[in-house]
Amino acid sequence: MKKEQVPQDLGALGKITKEVVYATDSSGKYTTELSSGWEVKKEALDIAWQDVEARIANAKQKVLNGEASPILFFMEYRLMDPGILSDYTGYWRWQIKRHLKTDVFKQLSEKKLQKYADAFNTNIEDLKTMTVHEA
Amino acid sequence: MKLDFEHQQSAHCESGVTSSLLRKSSGGKITEPLAFGIGAGLFFCYIPLIKINNGPAIAFRTFPGLIFKRTCNALGISVVRQKFGSKEKAEAVLIQCLEQGQPAGCQVGVYYLSYFPREYRFHFNAHNLIVFGKEEDQYLISDPVMETVTQLSSYELERVRFAKGALAPKGQIYYPGNVAPISDEQIRKAIVKGIKNNVNQMLRIPGNFAGVKGIAYTGKKIKKWRDKLGLQKAGSYLAQLVRMQEEIGTGGGGFRYIYAAFLQEAFAYTNKEELLDISKLFTEAGDLWRTAAVQAAGIYKGRLGSQADFDQMGDYLIQVAEMEKNAFLALKKIKW
Repeated sequence: MKKEQVPQDLGALGKITKEVVYATDSSGKYTTELSSGWEVKKEALDIAWQDVEARIANAKQKVLNGEASPILFFMEYRLMDPGILSDYTGYWRWQIKRHLKTDVFKQLSEKKLQKYADAFNTNIEDLKTMTVHEA
Repeated sequence: MKLDFEHQQSAHCESGVTSSLLRKSSGGKITEPLAFGIGAGLFFCYIPLIKINNGPAIAFRTFPGLIFKRTCNALGISVVRQKFGSKEKAEAVLIQCLEQGQPAGCQVGVYYLSYFPREYRFHFNAHNLIVFGKEEDQYLISDPVMETVTQLSSYELERVRFAKGALAPKGQIYYPGNVAPISDEQIRKAIVKGIKNNVNQMLRIPGNFAGVKGIAYTGKKIKKWRDKLGLQKAGSYLAQLVRMQEEIGTGGGGFRYIYAAFLQEAFAYTNKEELLDISKLFTEAGDLWRTAAVQAAGIYKGRLGSQADFDQMGDYLIQVAEMEKNAFLALKKIKW
């Protein structure tokens, strides 16, 4: 890629920092150039977030329908999967699968709920009610 | 406490950290491309059985940690690396390190990295930064992908150092052990070693999933994604490929441009004319990766979507595989 071809499409990152890209100058020698983003990859990131938002909405609906516990909602909201959640809470995956059931969730002790709340960076009340405070 | 340390922005976090940590002993000679090349950073790998963020597991660079390790090894520098079970211990060792005047490389997760934009915070645990001081409760951070220095509170730093999930950093810190001046001859030898390493990594790695074969394999798979996954999911998969290839940290074109820059710098130390021509081959490969990314974007934005479009996408990768194979074969043939 030539230096003058380095894209400058402002994306989410470009508002905070520009990124270093390697490109060639007129004599063909490599140099670095700052880029504020590229439409192609901005769109790729948008797609990733659309997928995340869809999963969060889907999880929320499942919880409202009584098909899953709020842990499912927060797991999706925090971009986690049962493996990551298992690492943060110290529970086995099969335990997490159980805790995703509404009737099992209702019987969880405060102590266990607190572990989930910590993993999701929230508190027990908000965990139960699927309340989020961040934008 | 603030160490005498100059922040340098770079394209890729680990190569940037490596270059910065070696700046004093090398007199600034170990640039980012040299660190990337000596560390044999260029790679490709697609593991269909593993999912990352519900998409395909694709990597354009070598396994995290290897670039620093290999670069130091090749230059005859020892590596100090420590992981921790206890958060208190991890902070105590970090402070001790700073008190001894040693800037510390840290592996961190980006999900809770407060100065990153929210859009970039996924559970990715192989990010690297340098801690070079502490003022009251704020650690002074040189994050290679940021334009300027940043800060993290002790709580924020602890949280990213102890991020969980795949490649959990476990508070890992690292820095070069013996700090003796690095000679040009040492660099020359390290370059040769790095190139040989990278040739093996791309040409001789067994199996279909990795190296240049892995690129062609992925191309063939992509042609089937439309029927197998449906248009929407196939689009999401392609978006993930493009992110791994072009996102911040890659220097563009799936690290191929950094590698091309490395080969130009390698010429200055080795005087092998071939390197300049081979550098051009990697530039072409990087350009073709980016052409493929534009095609992929056409698909995930819904402008394209026929089987012919997927076939074209797959063919780009098969073509890249051929180009990179020839480039690495040419590197293999050099008589050092």
